[in-house]
Amino acid sequence: MRVTIEVNGERRTADDVWPGESLLYVLRERLGLPGAKNACEQGECGSCTVYLDDTPVCACLVAAGQAEGRSVRTVEGLAGGDGLDPVQEAFVATGAVQCGFCTPGLIVAAHELVHRDPGATDAEIREALAGNLCRCTGYEKILDAVRLAAAKKAGERA
Amino acid sequence: MSRATTESLTATGGGRVGDSPQRPDGNLKVRGEFAYSSDLWHEDMLWGATLRSPHPHARIRGLDVGPALAVPGVYAVLTHSDVPGENLYGLEHPDQPVLAGDVVRYQGEPVAIVAADHPETARRAAARVRVDYEVLEPVTDAETALRADAPVLHPTNPDGNLVRHVRIRHGDPAPAADVVVSGEYTVGMQDQAFLGPESGLAVPAEDGGVDLYVATQWLHADQRQVARALGLPAERVRLHLAGVGGAFGAREDLSMQVHACMLALRTGKPVKIVYGREESFFGHVHRHPAVLRYEHGATRDGDLVYVRAEMILDGGAYASTTAAVTGNAATLGAGPYRVPNVHVDCYGVYTNNPPCGAMRGFGAVQACFAYESQMDKLAAALGMSEVDVRVRNAVEQGSVMPTGQVVDSAAPVAELLALVRDRPMPPAPSAPYDLRELPGGVSNTTHGEGVVRGVGYGVGVKNVGFSEGFDDYSTARVRLEVVGGEPVASVHTAAAEVGQGLVTLKAQIARTELGVERVVILPPDTSVGSAGSSSASRQSYVTGGAVRAACEEVRAAVLARAGAGAGLAGGKVVSAGGDVLADLVEVLGGEPVERTVEWRHRPTEALDPSTGKGFAHVQYAFAAHRAVVDVDVELGLVRVVELACAQDVGRAMNPDAVLGQIQGGSAQGLGLAVMEEIQVVDGVVRNPSFTDYLIPTVLDMPTMPIDVLEYADPHAPYGLRGVGEPPTLSSTPAIVAAIRAATGRALTRAPVRPEHIVG
Repeated sequence: MRVTIEVNGERRTADDVWPGESLLYVLRERLGLPGAKNACEQGECGSCTVYLDDTPVCACLVAAGQAEGRSVRTVEGLAGGDGLDPVQEAFVATGAVQCGFCTPGLIVAAHELVHRDPGATDAEIREALAGNLCRCTGYEKILDAVRLAAAKKAGERA
Repeated sequence: MSRATTESLTATGGGRVGDSPQRPDGNLKVRGEFAYSSDLWHEDMLWGATLRSPHPHARIRGLDVGPALAVPGVYAVLTHSDVPGENLYGLEHPDQPVLAGDVVRYQGEPVAIVAADHPETARRAAARVRVDYEVLEPVTDAETALRADAPVLHPTNPDGNLVRHVRIRHGDPAPAADVVVSGEYTVGMQDQAFLGPESGLAVPAEDGGVDLYVATQWLHADQRQVARALGLPAERVRLHLAGVGGAFGAREDLSMQVHACMLALRTGKPVKIVYGREESFFGHVHRHPAVLRYEHGATRDGDLVYVRAEMILDGGAYASTTAAVTGNAATLGAGPYRVPNVHVDCYGVYTNNPPCGAMRGFGAVQACFAYESQMDKLAAALGMSEVDVRVRNAVEQGSVMPTGQVVDSAAPVAELLALVRDRPMPPAPSAPYDLRELPGGVSNTTHGEGVVRGVGYGVGVKNVGFSEGFDDYSTARVRLEVVGGEPVASVHTAAAEVGQGLVTLKAQIARTELGVERVVILPPDTSVGSAGSSSASRQSYVTGGAVRAACEEVRAAVLARAGAGAGLAGGKVVSAGGDVLADLVEVLGGEPVERTVEWRHRPTEALDPSTGKGFAHVQYAFAAHRAVVDVDVELGLVRVVELACAQDVGRAMNPDAVLGQIQGGSAQGLGLAVMEEIQVVDGVVRNPSFTDYLIPTVLDMPTMPIDVLEYADPHAPYGLRGVGEPPTLSSTPAIVAAIRAATGRALTRAPVRPEHIVG
């Protein structure tokens, strides 16, 4: 089947999509956007988190056909040009990236949080990121990164 | 290659040894542009899939690939008879078939492989291969496997189902003590659970060889084994490191490497294999489950008199690194304590359970859980505090280990324990309760009733680097040249960056030694000599040492060319007093200086087979934890409130990366303490998914205050001490001790389950 999706602001079409393919597969293997990751492919790890019409979802749990005609924003589409979004900047600056496989999903989840609630408390940050597994960091520096990005966002709004 | 896999990284942000510059691959990783092994793509690429045995033990009476070959889109279906070279591989001992021939020895053993034009087609075709199994009784208990009447799983092994027995005999064989405590402890099978699944892309080459882009820990060990299985000379099997999504030991053995190469060579097309999460649980070795029986004897004053231990490590169906794991558990089995009399028997065993091998901590984790549980028991029997009994017996520089090896650099075990003990305690939850701060969290299982706080301690010792006489070395090629009017250093090693930050560190070393700002990190591959494995907390030491040594040779050559000067700094040749003598750009001119150096740490010795004596370990590393937990003693739910750690790192080469290693290692220890276990019943894995195998989330992890000590090891480059593994050892016993303190339960098993607390 043919699937047409607006991805990172651009209309993209994939042909010969097998109906069993996930949005994640189509992004990674048919549209050349491997930023969303394939760590569990059953919605447990959050590494494939993307925005679907402004809501963060696990792309592995969305059938490609369900994304037809909708808008998707991936980690590749968060920053303009060669720059970094402040959330991406904060992850690099705080040492929140080790192997980095969880990073794209965490960045989309954190991006959604700091835009929704830049004043989030630590407990709220933990709840918001509870669906994203990281095996390298023990999460301490990820929390640092989100606090840093949230503070910057809150500063912009003040 | 349509999606590049072998890009160099340019590090320009500055940062010398001791600084914490940003990772040179950081921007790529946060933008989603870093090419992991599962992201690779090639024009005209096929997908591979693997058919695995559903039985832990069976004879294969027949194989029919016809139905799979008949599936449209399938290009090849291969079995054991298609393995071009030797159908056996193994890191230490080649005993594992690339594809099973007459017998399968564990559930999940590869039997056939398929290449097709879509991954789902390949999977469905693989499922249509007909295998006629004669199911055999599996050997699923390691102690049963050692009995004389047990079926022998590897008939060519002269010791039956025994992979290795290590004996440590130290001091008086029949010592007497005033106070004796004993216990039997069990450690479950832990999974490394890296997030990036096993994957890679094999591209057939015009010379009849193959280029393999893969996530691994040791390119040259893979190359040796893959070449042997393919029947090709090593130079025609070229390995390139693709982006690695975590490792923790699980990528030390082969997984899909030979399979992808076989399919690529057979079809003449590039073949990509990516395991799903369930397959990943069957695709790599795990941490050895262990049974450990200990007896500790001490004087009434609390001085250890003896330790007797028997440890049985279940190695599963194939040897992998079981022999080395057994050696570690045995030699480190008395812990970081001065014990005059030690008697250890440690057995690594074949069974029909999943194969076990390397995981962060490598044998020292299992032993640490047992000896630390014993130290708490001893403290209770003596009426001493658990920290005091540890401090009283702590090793220090000059102490003798049970192998007879003298600890010849700093061993601040007592100081580490005091640091975690003296930290302020986190406040206890109080009304009005925030559910998120209670065991059970927003499940709303308690409002404070039945919640009891406990505190526990742990300390451990880990060897750094490969031990027991292994020729442990790394290779670095360093080039200094003028590019765009600026001096640029290039560093090329085959060392696997698995997330730990070696790419950052190599640039820091080059800047420190060569006085340049711009450093290019070339992608690791087999066109440069071996770096050894990214395991055993060894790469900063060994590859760091190699990079420094190569830089020193380059610097010496530059200074000789300049005809003056004592060093390089700020792009200049400088005198011993720091005076600028020449500009590095002018000295280099159009002629680069390049040196390749193979660097070794001082040699270690094999253990004496009857006494376990020998200078087996090049370096010891120590960490201590204090865990604070709140336990709902009615429901058996645990919340770890705080996990404080203190560790001596010799020299913090990159302080941020050091903290990241300690926090990440502590988290894996927490997982083993309270949630992580591969559940194997009759040889069958019951929970191969992230739905059923739980690793800590951000809600499970507490704050982790850390003290880092820097007592230089004079034998090591920059005085550094390996960092990655020690925090994984002591965090588990500290947490379990805290749960014991809260509940009064004996808790002899890790992980602790709710039923152990309330049962």
